[in-house]
Amino acid sequence: GVQAVPKETEDKSRSGVDVSGLFSEMVKACATVDVVQKKLVYVFLCSYATLNPELSLLVINTLRKDCQDPNPMVRSLALRNMTNLRLPSLVEYVEQPLTAGLRDRAACVRRVAVLGWAKLHNLQPSSEIDAAVVNELYSLLRDPDPVVMVNCLRALEEILKEEGGIAINKPITHHLLNRLKECDIWGQSEVLRVLQRYRPQSEDELFDILSLLDSFLVSPHPPVMAATLSLFLSVSSNLPAISLAALERVSGPLLAACGSGSREMRFAAVCHIQLLLRSVPGLLGPHYKRFFCGYAEPAYIKERKMQVLVELVNDENVAMILDELKGYCTDVNTDTAQAAISAIGRIGRSYSDRCLQILTGLLGLKQDHITSAVVQTMRDLVWVCPQCSDTVCLALDGCEETLQDIQGRQALLWLLGVYGERISTAPYTLEVLIDGVRSEASLGIKMELLTATMRLFLCRPAETQDMLGRLLHYCIEEETDMCVRDQALLYYRLLHCGIEKTREVLQGRRSDPSLGVLIGRPAKPVSQWARCFNTLEPLSQGAVEAESDRSDSAMRCSDSSTNVLASSIAVDCAWIEECVRCPAVLQCSPQSLQAAMQLVNIQTLAFTPQHMLPWRVYLYTHTQLRVSEDGQEEEEGIKVILNQQPKDDDALRQFLTILITVLNTLSSEKD
Amino acid sequence: MISQVFILSSKGDHLIYKDFRGGAGNDIVSIFYEKVTALTGDQPPVVMNYKDIYFVHIRQGGLYWVATTTAGSSPFTITEFLNRLAALVKDYCGSLSEKSVQMNFALIYELLDEIVDYGYIQTTSSDVLKNFIQTEAVTSRPFSLFDLSNVGLFGAETQQSKVAPSSAATRPIQSSREQGGKSEIFVDVIERMTVVIGSNGLLMKADVEGEIRVKCYMPSCSEMRIGLNEEFSIGKSQLRGYGAAVRVDECSFHQAVRLDEFDSHRILRLCPSQGEQTVMQYQLSDDLPSALPFRLFPTIERDNGGRLLMYMKLRCDLPPKSAAINVCATIPVPKGSVSLSQELSSPDQSAELKPQSRAVVWQIARFAGGTQLSALFKLEVPSLSSASMLEVGPVGLSFELPKITATGLQIRFLRLSPIQPGPSQRWVRYVTHSDSYTIRI
Repeated sequence: GVQAVPKETEDKSRSGVDVSGLFSEMVKACATVDVVQKKLVYVFLCSYATLNPELSLLVINTLRKDCQDPNPMVRSLALRNMTNLRLPSLVEYVEQPLTAGLRDRAACVRRVAVLGWAKLHNLQPSSEIDAAVVNELYSLLRDPDPVVMVNCLRALEEILKEEGGIAINKPITHHLLNRLKECDIWGQSEVLRVLQRYRPQSEDELFDILSLLDSFLVSPHPPVMAATLSLFLSVSSNLPAISLAALERVSGPLLAACGSGSREMRFAAVCHIQLLLRSVPGLLGPHYKRFFCGYAEPAYIKERKMQVLVELVNDENVAMILDELKGYCTDVNTDTAQAAISAIGRIGRSYSDRCLQILTGLLGLKQDHITSAVVQTMRDLVWVCPQCSDTVCLALDGCEETLQDIQGRQALLWLLGVYGERISTAPYTLEVLIDGVRSEASLGIKMELLTATMRLFLCRPAETQDMLGRLLHYCIEEETDMCVRDQALLYYRLLHCGIEKTREVLQGRRSDPSLGVLIGRPAKPVSQWARCFNTLEPLSQGAVEAESDRSDSAMRCSDSSTNVLASSIAVDCAWIEECVRCPAVLQCSPQSLQAAMQLVNIQTLAFTPQHMLPWRVYLYTHTQLRVSEDGQEEEEGIKVILNQQPKDDDALRQFLTILITVLNTLSSEKD
Repeated sequence: MISQVFILSSKGDHLIYKDFRGGAGNDIVSIFYEKVTALTGDQPPVVMNYKDIYFVHIRQGGLYWVATTTAGSSPFTITEFLNRLAALVKDYCGSLSEKSVQMNFALIYELLDEIVDYGYIQTTSSDVLKNFIQTEAVTSRPFSLFDLSNVGLFGAETQQSKVAPSSAATRPIQSSREQGGKSEIFVDVIERMTVVIGSNGLLMKADVEGEIRVKCYMPSCSEMRIGLNEEFSIGKSQLRGYGAAVRVDECSFHQAVRLDEFDSHRILRLCPSQGEQTVMQYQLSDDLPSALPFRLFPTIERDNGGRLLMYMKLRCDLPPKSAAINVCATIPVPKGSVSLSQELSSPDQSAELKPQSRAVVWQIARFAGGTQLSALFKLEVPSLSSASMLEVGPVGLSFELPKITATGLQIRFLRLSPIQPGPSQRWVRYVTHSDSYTIRI
């Protein structure tokens, strides 16, 4: 029938057939009285209007006529589609129906008209703002229909963007607050979001507002609850007691959202709970069981839940939590298994005996991904708790047979180097690796192997001397990678300076107990994260890394590579710190960074895992001078710490210019 | 604010694409799909970004429901919106699948037009929407009340003690118009159980999340009164040790529910909208009124031939007249398990070794209350060591318990006033699902 034609056309256009030739036919079909057909035609016209700006002028007449239709549904439909055409040339025809629309007796037409003005404004952002329209929109904030009111807020926010959005004064604020109950949850969230800009004029007013909003704070609808908390945190930003009370109050509904039937909602809730825990570490202690993982939950929820569990550990529940985490360590998903192992390691900072027992037990499984995670976790643990080293040294025996991946083997090498005197088999393990160094592909492993062998030589010279000689010989004479070669040369020369000097350089720090235990960490002020509450930031990958994990890997890297360089030439080197503004390097992979740097003869010594913040890269170059650089990715730019010998400002500037060029090239490529 | 909404099939076919703000590149959908599929595993994160475009997506009905937005948007709002959109599409099309979305694209575009304008959510209330939505839903199979093929899957009881066909609630809400004024209302009490049982058999954790859902096919709705158990109580302290009390820790209601008779008579009053809505949500932790539905008694040992022997006794502690259906136990086994031989206590069970998920999956179609089943699994594991035992377990159990609520919540009565003219059907259904039922070994 009549409906079939546009429907068919629509079907075709969806299946990729080019139907733009039918445009004029469709314009005619628009004149129908059948609402379903009208809607279909409008969908078509709006998606093709930009391709046929001339033809769509024809449409506007029909649309303008429909704006006079007695049926409000047709009026709103016509008005909405008229404003959806997105053609600046049509603006002059649209203004009159829009003005009429603001005064239409049907709320559904006014809703469309109000947003229509925002669309119109954004079509020609440079044009003058019509004060009469703005005034009318302000007065429509008092419209009896709550959706019209909320749309006015939205439209004014867009039209007045340059001026910082709608003016939120006291009368408007109280008007909006009083009508909040009439809105649906979407309207409520929108109003609450806009009100975040309001600053109450007195403490009395503040408390009036807060008590008015109290019921919204415990709303069973997560969008409303979260928007209310954001508002609470922003208006009471200088009253920490109120913020903390609000966090207590909101923990119930947030916990409920953690058990929501929608797993995406669960995820959002767990991520936000992590924010709360930064400021109130003990907040959900009694509810730790709510964060046990369901067996069918996706890995991304499990990982966050484990991070929460680690935060909630205390003397009473530690046994239960460890028991639960232990079950995840053999999960068929290797990411989940490794996350569980590292969670146990973090709990080990406070309860080392229990955790080491579990970790040691896991080594018995002889599975590469588990062993790798355990060895890395143990390395991290001894770095913080040196008292664990005895148990760790005993457990390491035989691990090298199972380990496959680079991170795991690197961790083992570090441990063998630092605690070699207590691991009886250390020389044999290293010897096997040295014998196979020709077929070793990983740069990181070779560097770590060099350092470990050097360290072992210092404490067990008789057993190690011969293999160290062979390794240095290979690295200096045969190795093609400049980086490895340079490090080997450095060690070789260092040995010439005498054993005492070598010891001084290589036996640096073994641990950093200052990173501290897990329990009783000081609470962070709410203001530190309030800004990102109820945004997508907490849900983004790697956004919420546990605080104390941030620095240690980076420290260790410097310990095993760059610091060696640094301290060996500490006599007359220049340490210079530079802050370079540069777009986010985080987006590019370490591999591409490394490849790019190699093109300009800069070697990448080491980088921290990508999710670590700040992300660090250690670079090294040696053309005419030797510069080692430690780049710390910060939010806006990168901090470059340069270590140069001999001091030469010109060369330094050159180096920085090259570095910035490379980084800029990389990030522009990304765009 | 939402810039675009699109729905993709699991294979990445574009089913629905709506650009509310304009100016987005055409390739945005492909960028999303590349990002989703580039990740290992089938569980990509909810939020991903490409430059400053943020994708928030949910999975429902095997489809990707995606919204693009900016970094400052509320994840709760966007997620809730996508869930609500999926629920509305389900209400209007009858079911959620690639096919139903494809067949009803015009209807879905119409819905999107009314729900969102210029990226701002206007309304998601089915009462409002029903005035605007004109397109009729297309169903792949003509709906028939006499299609009883799945009866029993979702058993139901009413005052008339009739059985509601399981397909009854999967038809488009608007079809009631053509059904000669046939109006029906479904009240479902749905509970999800999360349980952890320790290796010593002690209960470590038990949570129940429950909700009362009303699904309404009445074109014009009068007031409905739902009577709950009179001894229903909320909060920790009340009525403990007084036998039949039904208790929950926390409880919240849909804003349309009037509670003036709740304190005195435990009656919820509301005028239900067309389509599905959750009128009450509640939650109970650690203090279940009845015995746990399942207990497992495992014995695990190595035999001389280096095989792993797992003897599993599973007991169903439901009341004798009830039964659990679709019971499935997933038993993680050591890596490198090659083959499985099994002895099952009855023919309606089955078990198989799934090397990819490293587990033995033991399925029981129907499991009557008060009975016990047993199984002996012999696994060939060439690299079996004593440490391998660590890899066995914890056992995950999934099941459905029709006609049962774990909290004991019941609907005493369901009254519509004024009395509906013509034939109207009221259905009350109960079901408890396992959200996660874990038994450590």
